[in-house]
Amino acid sequence: MAGTAVLGRLTWQVATVVDVVAETPRVKTIAFDVPGWRGHRAGQHVDVRLTAEDGYQAQRSYSIASAPDRSRVELTVVRIDDGEVSPYLADELQPGDQIELRGPVGGYFVWEPSQGGPLLLVAGGSGVAPLMAMIRVRVAAGSSTETRLLSSSRSWDDIIYRDELERLNGDGLTVVHTLTVSQPLGWTGYVRRVDVAMLAEVGPNPAERPRVYVCGPTPFVEAVAEALVQLGHDPRGIKTERFGPTGG
Amino acid sequence: MPPIISRGFRRRRGDDAGGDRVPPGQYVTTDFPVLSAGPTPHTALDRWDFAIVGEVDRSRRWTWEQFRALPSEEVTVDLHCVIKWSKLDTVWRGVSIDTLLEGVETSAEYVVQFSDGGYTTNLPLEDVMGGKAWVAFAYDGAPLEPEHGGPARMLVPHLYFWKSAKWVRGLRLLATDEPGFWEMYGYHNYGDPWREQRYWGD
Amino acid sequence: MDASMLDGNAVAGLLQEVFAVEMTTAIGTCSSCGAAGAVGAMHLYRGAGIVLRCPHCDNTLVKIVRADTRLWIGFPGLRTLEIAV
Repeated sequence: MAGTAVLGRLTWQVATVVDVVAETPRVKTIAFDVPGWRGHRAGQHVDVRLTAEDGYQAQRSYSIASAPDRSRVELTVVRIDDGEVSPYLADELQPGDQIELRGPVGGYFVWEPSQGGPLLLVAGGSGVAPLMAMIRVRVAAGSSTETRLLSSSRSWDDIIYRDELERLNGDGLTVVHTLTVSQPLGWTGYVRRVDVAMLAEVGPNPAERPRVYVCGPTPFVEAVAEALVQLGHDPRGIKTERFGPTGG
Repeated sequence: MPPIISRGFRRRRGDDAGGDRVPPGQYVTTDFPVLSAGPTPHTALDRWDFAIVGEVDRSRRWTWEQFRALPSEEVTVDLHCVIKWSKLDTVWRGVSIDTLLEGVETSAEYVVQFSDGGYTTNLPLEDVMGGKAWVAFAYDGAPLEPEHGGPARMLVPHLYFWKSAKWVRGLRLLATDEPGFWEMYGYHNYGDPWREQRYWGD
Repeated sequence: MDASMLDGNAVAGLLQEVFAVEMTTAIGTCSSCGAAGAVGAMHLYRGAGIVLRCPHCDNTLVKIVRADTRLWIGFPGLRTLEIAV
């Protein structure tokens, strides 16, 4: 990709919580102020480091969900019940608390409006976070790139960024949900896991040579990437970000 | 700059900084983390075999049926992984390496464990003898699952757990030491958790 | 495939900490099958250390072992690494 800058050695930066928003019962978006933040590209992530009073440290990676906005960085965290880091981030952090983060990193899984489209974004659960950054950057840039988001969630209540996506739907952005476990009364949308037929219906056609980004738990990403290739999409046009077994 | 302490953050409940039973720098977990250097192999039992090769009078080979017909024993051991978790009182069933080496004539001083998928790990031959090592095929009363090394893995609990190869297919006996998959890239050649031998130079 | 496998992109921070340049867009050529691809697209496994494998033939391309103040990185299966400068 053009313009892969020499970015300099990474250091841990202090990030202060400015806001905590509940997206769904299990998911929070935490907004941090990071002094000296030099911006990021949609799709990049940060490494987060937590240090306990006894010196114990834990490190995890989280996709940046926000479009670049001065020194503000937003991370969307799913609470994994017996996890070590996510329950702390999702349940404990209050405005004023501090963590450390390193980044932004990951120039591979990135979309910039100048790259154009058409764009196909396929999200499994919290995998929507880096794809939401792409959608937000598209809006901020006033881009008209034809964009489709196919998002898989367990239920209506589990859809992350649901209201914002509803508002943004239109103007070249098409948002399609599939709800795999339970659906609200009157739901006429998809009710099954993402598969070849669904991808064919949602589009775009492989002949349009779309840029495709797939993000979510590893098994989800595997299945979707395979289905896309089966449909005739060029594997080189598909970028994946696997979140691991649980996708948290 | 020293790291910033995050208010209220602590290691996960249930994970203890261990006591006397636990080597330095380890913490006790009740999980059984799955770690792997590569994709899980799925060798069918009718194609599986275990071999002893190298500096021996003659190679030995057991099919799965032959291997399972050998005397096996249940052992309860503690596991110590180099990435700092320890899991206590794990119960395995396996065939002792002493059983497999019975009658094998060798002047070799070293052994390399080799596995499906290409993983290797090396140790002195005496470290797999004298009741210190097994080829384990059951964990916690059930057949060993593929993600934990099934159908069979090495169990060498007195060393860090990377010295117990998952998906093991045999032992190669050698006159000279031959560093394995991780030993060539920074992990300690011997790996004694009680002397905290994690990396080169430790 | 393995549920715990990740993409090379997941070690973007670790690699940039070492090399001080963006590494996930670097192109590696597998010395076994000859396929070329971005580091970010390599298959990442976490064992005692980190392994990056060729997404086409599973060949071990890169191994990383991290101690507190030292890091070892080896390239057993990479013929070349092309990095933008």
